[in-house]
Amino acid sequence: MGIDTKVRDDEAVSLAAQKAELPLYVTRIKVYPRAIAGQWRRIKWAVLVLLLGLYYLVPWLRWDRGPNAPSQAILIDLDGRRGWFFDVVIWPQEVYFVTGLLILASLGLFFASSLFGRVWCGFTCPQTVWTDLFMLVERWIEGDRNERMRSDRQPMSAAKAARKGLKHAAWLVIAAATGGAWVFYYVDAPTTLIKIFRGEASLEVYTFVGLFTATTYVLAGWAREQVCTYMCPWPRFQAAMLDEQSLIVTYQKWRGEPRGKHKAGDSWDNRGDCVDCRLCVAVCPTGIDIRDGQQIECIGCGLCIDACTQTMDKVDRPRGLIRWDTLANQHAKETSAVKGTGRVAWRPLRPRTLLYAGLLCLVSAIMLAAFLLRSDAELTVQRDRSPNFVRLSNGDIRNSYTLKILNKRREEAHFRVSLEGLPSAVLAFVGADTDGAAESPSLVVHPDAVGTFRVLVTVPAKGAPMGSKPITFQVHEASQARRASHDAVFVGPGR
Amino acid sequence: MPTKIEKDTLSGQNTTGHEWDGVRELNTPLPTWWIYTFYATVVFAIVYCALYPSWPWLNGHAKGMLGYWSRAELTQELDAQAKARAGFVDRIRTTSLADIAKEPELFSFAMAGGRSAFQTNCMQCHGAGGAGSHGFPNLVDDDWIWGGSLEQIHATIEHGIRNADDKSRQSMMPRFGVDGMLTGAQIAAVTDYVLSLSGKAQATPEGTQIFQEQCAACHGPDGKGNQELGAPSLADGIWLYGGNRDAIYRSIFYARNGSMPPWAGRLDEATIKMLTIYVHALGGGR
Repeated sequence: MGIDTKVRDDEAVSLAAQKAELPLYVTRIKVYPRAIAGQWRRIKWAVLVLLLGLYYLVPWLRWDRGPNAPSQAILIDLDGRRGWFFDVVIWPQEVYFVTGLLILASLGLFFASSLFGRVWCGFTCPQTVWTDLFMLVERWIEGDRNERMRSDRQPMSAAKAARKGLKHAAWLVIAAATGGAWVFYYVDAPTTLIKIFRGEASLEVYTFVGLFTATTYVLAGWAREQVCTYMCPWPRFQAAMLDEQSLIVTYQKWRGEPRGKHKAGDSWDNRGDCVDCRLCVAVCPTGIDIRDGQQIECIGCGLCIDACTQTMDKVDRPRGLIRWDTLANQHAKETSAVKGTGRVAWRPLRPRTLLYAGLLCLVSAIMLAAFLLRSDAELTVQRDRSPNFVRLSNGDIRNSYTLKILNKRREEAHFRVSLEGLPSAVLAFVGADTDGAAESPSLVVHPDAVGTFRVLVTVPAKGAPMGSKPITFQVHEASQARRASHDAVFVGPGR
Repeated sequence: MPTKIEKDTLSGQNTTGHEWDGVRELNTPLPTWWIYTFYATVVFAIVYCALYPSWPWLNGHAKGMLGYWSRAELTQELDAQAKARAGFVDRIRTTSLADIAKEPELFSFAMAGGRSAFQTNCMQCHGAGGAGSHGFPNLVDDDWIWGGSLEQIHATIEHGIRNADDKSRQSMMPRFGVDGMLTGAQIAAVTDYVLSLSGKAQATPEGTQIFQEQCAACHGPDGKGNQELGAPSLADGIWLYGGNRDAIYRSIFYARNGSMPPWAGRLDEATIKMLTIYVHALGGGR
């Protein structure tokens, strides 16, 4: 596209400036972001390729787990109630691992925001990434900013309709692929893809593909910067993570002003470096003028930095009129005796960042410990409460319990049960899937399954507790020394 | 007063042409999308009324062109369920009770089926957990009036107790007081004897004698009962109608002849078998 600073004034006016002329009640003013090349644009493209590649391709990773198990590396199997992550299998009982990951993600977000400002918004947020992709497609089909503006001002024609139709078709294809990829995290990707096209997939699959197709198309194609400015709650409370030491996109006012047009050969004395080319406004995806200072709409994408770098190179002034900087450093430069000489070093180590980093380490350590200590055998005990206890004909008191033993391993397990807290108790198992002696049978639990057993605990009349007495059930596996226990109570008459 | 319809400069909307004391009203029509959504719902309602049951008549209702009937849908679902269960149900029907209890898969099917049949048909008298209540036996303990083996439980469920069924369990306790067979004092003496069996009172020679003459035939000389006759044990701590002096006195005076309906005609064979397995496994089965 080459260097072109001849953006017309009336075209590159920030939204704020346009709205200032209008009453409070206005509909949306469309933003026509202009293409720009540069360092930050390259980084944004790289991040986009990486993130979209991960998103679209991860469901297709295969992982051999043997028979009777899915061969998809990452699969959240809602029907089978298991989360498969390579060799890790998460049961519904362990959903706290997912909670932990979400806590880690939000702490990571806080940490990154306090260090680098709105780096999430500008580079990695799905809204930003897909909007970038949609804008790229739009540019390929309808041309760059000026062409699109011209085309939109003209009445509808066959060529214009064809371009618009092609653009929306391309958007819908991308949106459908996005919705499809979402579904593939929950069902087997290769078989479901074929089923989707044959019309054999479940209603749920079509519903969610449709839902995410619609949201992607509407949010990235139509809503765009309105999502960030009006819908998203994150920028509102993100302000709490930022301070004067956070890296943000800044316009170096002390150097740029007074701004004005500059002809080649004119002196640079008594004027600022800003030549008012308005390229920074033209490239902004949210339609703001960064020279107005910090604004709620700025997502920190850095494209205005690329624009300004281009212009500064062209007029042969030093780069960095618009640059990443901290507010503290900007203030020092602005207020120093010789403007631009003041300096406040960037301090990445601040109480705020240390706190976030500490929390991040703490939660990671807790997660890691929980993961390493996670047991692949678990026991839960439920006491029958109707009736609370049974008095047998010889006066003995009996309580009954339902034992559920989780065997998370992929092989059959044999557990023995013992009871603590009631020395005189006799255990009897009702019709259990057991082998071994009747008094101490070993309970058979199938691979990757929950075994349910009913056990009757009988205590002689004399040994029966008054009211309820805490007891502990224990199961242990003879062969592999796996253990699990669960607390319960034994209820006797009286009190 | 109507004024001229003019364009409002601030909002760009037309006014309605109405003015009250200088206050003019903007004509802000409903959004187009709203209007069209409204029209679409009207069309939907008309089509729906034509296709589905909708309007009530005095006798019945409009059936709709599709002939849709939610009960038919339910019947279809129930049939599909029955079909899915058919394999297990057939196996239950053809397998003996003892063998069902030995097969883990069949046993857990029978337990689930028995539980649901119990909650529908039995819990009204015997309680949700089978603990019974006054006059309705506890099925969780080890005390059985008509026997606690699989076969005995099966026979009790199938034909019931003291009803018109030919094979129903039959027996009858005489109304010693009402029919004047024993005087009040004699009944009190027997009551003492019955209480003495569980060590709660001192037996008198008179009470002992009357018990052996009048009661021992069914309840046994030692009072331990007879399951063949449905005569409960009087020597344990379990009382169907209460174990205090007053309750026992009344049991002898008025007699107790509780009954239970036969289930053979109401529940199918497999369901009765599953109920038997379930009741047997509640904790008291022998």
